[in-house]
Amino acid sequence: MVTVDARATGAGRGRRGHPIGRLVVSRLGGGVITLIIVSIVVFAATQILPGNAAYAVLGHNATPARLHALELQLGLNRSAAAQYAAWIGGLLTGKAGNSLANGQPVWALVAPRLVNSAVLVALSGLAGALIGVLLGAIAALRKDSLFDYVLSVVSLAVTALPEFVVAISLVILFATVVFQVLPAVSVLPPGTWAWQQPELLVLPIATLVIVVVPYIFRMMRAAMIEALESEYVEMARLKGLPAWRVLLVHALPNAVPPTVQVIGLNLLYLAGGIVVVEYVFDFPGIGQGLVNAVSNRDIPVIQLIVVILAAFYVFMNILTDVVALLATPRRRIAR
Amino acid sequence: MMVGAAHALRPQPARLVVENLRIVVAGTSTDVVDEVSFTVRAGEVLGLVGESGSGKTTVALALLGYHRRGLAVGGGRVMLDGSDLLAMSAEELQGVRGAMVSYVPQDPGSALNPALPVGLQLGEILGAHQDPGVSRDADRVTEVLAEAQLDATREFLRRYPHQLSGGQQQRVAIAMAFACRPRLIVLDEPTTGLDVTTQRHVLETIRSLCRSYGVAAVYVSHDLAVIGQLAQQVAVMYAGRVVELGPTETIFGAPAHPYTRALLRAVPSPERSEVLEGIEGQAPRPGRRPTGCFFAPRCPDVLPICRESPPPFVPLLAGAHLVRCVRAEEPVTRSVIARTVPASDPPTSLSSGTLEVRDLSARYGPAPVLYEIDLRVGPEQCVAIVGESGSGKTTLARCVVGLHDNWTGNVDFCGEPLACGARRRTKGSLQRIQYVFQNPYTSLNPRKTVGQIIDQPLEHFSHFSPIERERRVVAELEDVSLSSDFLGRYPDQLSGGERQRVALARALVVEPELLVCDEVTSALDVSVQAIIVELLRRLQRERNLAMLFITHNLALVRSIAQTVVVLSAGKVVEQGPVEEVLERPRETYTIRLLEDIPKLAETRTNGGRWR
Repeated sequence: MVTVDARATGAGRGRRGHPIGRLVVSRLGGGVITLIIVSIVVFAATQILPGNAAYAVLGHNATPARLHALELQLGLNRSAAAQYAAWIGGLLTGKAGNSLANGQPVWALVAPRLVNSAVLVALSGLAGALIGVLLGAIAALRKDSLFDYVLSVVSLAVTALPEFVVAISLVILFATVVFQVLPAVSVLPPGTWAWQQPELLVLPIATLVIVVVPYIFRMMRAAMIEALESEYVEMARLKGLPAWRVLLVHALPNAVPPTVQVIGLNLLYLAGGIVVVEYVFDFPGIGQGLVNAVSNRDIPVIQLIVVILAAFYVFMNILTDVVALLATPRRRIAR
Repeated sequence: MMVGAAHALRPQPARLVVENLRIVVAGTSTDVVDEVSFTVRAGEVLGLVGESGSGKTTVALALLGYHRRGLAVGGGRVMLDGSDLLAMSAEELQGVRGAMVSYVPQDPGSALNPALPVGLQLGEILGAHQDPGVSRDADRVTEVLAEAQLDATREFLRRYPHQLSGGQQQRVAIAMAFACRPRLIVLDEPTTGLDVTTQRHVLETIRSLCRSYGVAAVYVSHDLAVIGQLAQQVAVMYAGRVVELGPTETIFGAPAHPYTRALLRAVPSPERSEVLEGIEGQAPRPGRRPTGCFFAPRCPDVLPICRESPPPFVPLLAGAHLVRCVRAEEPVTRSVIARTVPASDPPTSLSSGTLEVRDLSARYGPAPVLYEIDLRVGPEQCVAIVGESGSGKTTLARCVVGLHDNWTGNVDFCGEPLACGARRRTKGSLQRIQYVFQNPYTSLNPRKTVGQIIDQPLEHFSHFSPIERERRVVAELEDVSLSSDFLGRYPDQLSGGERQRVALARALVVEPELLVCDEVTSALDVSVQAIIVELLRRLQRERNLAMLFITHNLALVRSIAQTVVVLSAGKVVEQGPVEEVLERPRETYTIRLLEDIPKLAETRTNGGRWR
């Protein structure tokens, strides 16, 4: 019964737009609302709450006169709504204000760090996804073998380790105590980019890859096992197709959508994970920038970085859903 | 070719010879199937019949040199035109599968890859096996689809499986199986999920393709009527053994094994209102099979000797008919023809327990599903609603019980109008109308015991003490022929038939006046279906129940209902007393539906031994 109905309603598909278009539009709407809420929360937490920003910057020993002067400078004497409007307006027009720590424009401070972090996250995400998918597929093919067993135990153990433990272990192993083949810290001279000194990227990327691979591996393994034991893969084998074709054309496309979701989640996690990893390696990205800004009470920088991270979350969520939808014809195309 | 030479040496062109096939649980000596031997000639169809768990799918897959994970070949040979598939290497098998022997799956909905367009799935089998240049793949795809009565437009080839109907999916699977002109086709219950009309078209396609290309076929099914229409030879399987093998007319007309006879008695007939006799109990699972004859625990004609040693597989009379039963040659006392149901006058009074549906129209979202339905269920009356899939019969049932609330019109129960959705109905009216779902594998909560499952509605609707409730649960279990041992078991410990009985007990424990049964036997074997139908008929009589029986199986209607409503595309086509509608249908739609049912009796007529 359901089949007939769905087909009947499918005729009206043109009017309601393509499923992907619909998804993107609805998610973008939701994303914009999310970002507005995030900006309000961030703004409220940093600038409005009692013990105002001027007080936070100057500390306990501030004289009332200096406090008053800073409050005027920051516009804290205006209404909360006016302050928020001024801040958001500035963000949208590219004038995010100046750093409280050194007076430079916030954008000029954050932009190079953003590029460095983007390189770190992109390379880690790419390597993590490739390694995780590959290991997961092999483990699924050799289900219950020694390889599968060892990998499953190791991935479980790694999942239990916090990323700073992984980072410090790598430093001890490759940079200080055991071998001294790689730099222990990844300090970039000002004005240089991360990719100009690839050896500096190795350990931070390795840390992040080790942290995300187990999740991707486990999802890929489970999805691949399900696909390999499905009736359509059995059918493909009974059609006499070569093994590579059964694997790559029949099993893989069905294992990809659930794995894409997990890869997306891990990229999101990476955006938060870099804060710790960049701090450990002293890598000049936005994670380290955020930690520094918090310790300097550099409120405009904190606000900008948090909003950028939130925007990344929203964007990645939409992207993940679109990719998963593209990979699933059953959902992509109405009957 | 080597195969061709072997073929020429053989006096009889036996295409497939299976000898002592044995499949075991991997790493053990526990057999799943054993001592399976049969021969199929070119152009011939062999029907492989048995209940679920009899090992018929295991045998079917072994014919392609394939076994599922956890199983292993324990011995025997599968000779296709003289070469043994079980002795082949993986590469050799890859060349044989799809090209010389092909497979049509039970459920094309899950056997076609959901991520690939059907054109690709059809084309790749040609790509894997055909020499390039023999004929262009695109032309061949068009040709094989046309043979399966599908129009190979570019738009069709680009579609994904979910965009096709069940019948179209099965045709694609059949086109795929015939694409490389194989010598043998193995069909594993290919029409189980289809309604009778689609089933008949699919069967005709298979028959004509086998005939025109001289293909040998092995057709696996639990549906004896379908086998009777298609096969020249029948092998009856029970607990991993072939218990009876012979020409179709002999098996259906003069069955010699008690199991075959029991199976035949369980098949409902659209021509007579028969008392269906099921087979109590379950086939023993691998590893738990008794020493003697495997059927002995369920056999009505069992002798002490049957329990001592397994009976040999011996030929009867001419030698083409083989039976695995020590009593095979004794004259038979039990008739294979079922008893007819004694005629009873359907009560016509309009007292309590009456459901009256007037002018009911229902929609799913914007799509209309039912149009102006009128029907009445009198007290103690069973009304069957029949129709093809998509005719709206389940929606109708769901409207009556309030699971579907997007409808207009009147549904009166005992003279009082019912609200659309179950949430807006009174507790009393909810209790008086109970529903039994189609699939007992999904309708019982797997985390609750049988006792808890049956107790739940009682707890909700009654104010009985826990002791009284338990007494009623046990009594209800007994009434559906289950002992109180079942109270503590979980659904996954039960067979399909036992689950459906628990579902029935859950519905009946609150003493409803109207029972709505939605295709309650479609997920079950015929032998179990017979038991459930007889159970329903007994309970209906004993408790003066009114019943709405939804089914796509017209033959079943004859055995259980007094009135039948034929539904097509959301409209009532014809309704009236069962005998009248089934014997003298007025509407062309009903006539066609009746013609499409495979009938056992047509095959049976040649066997004079029982007449």
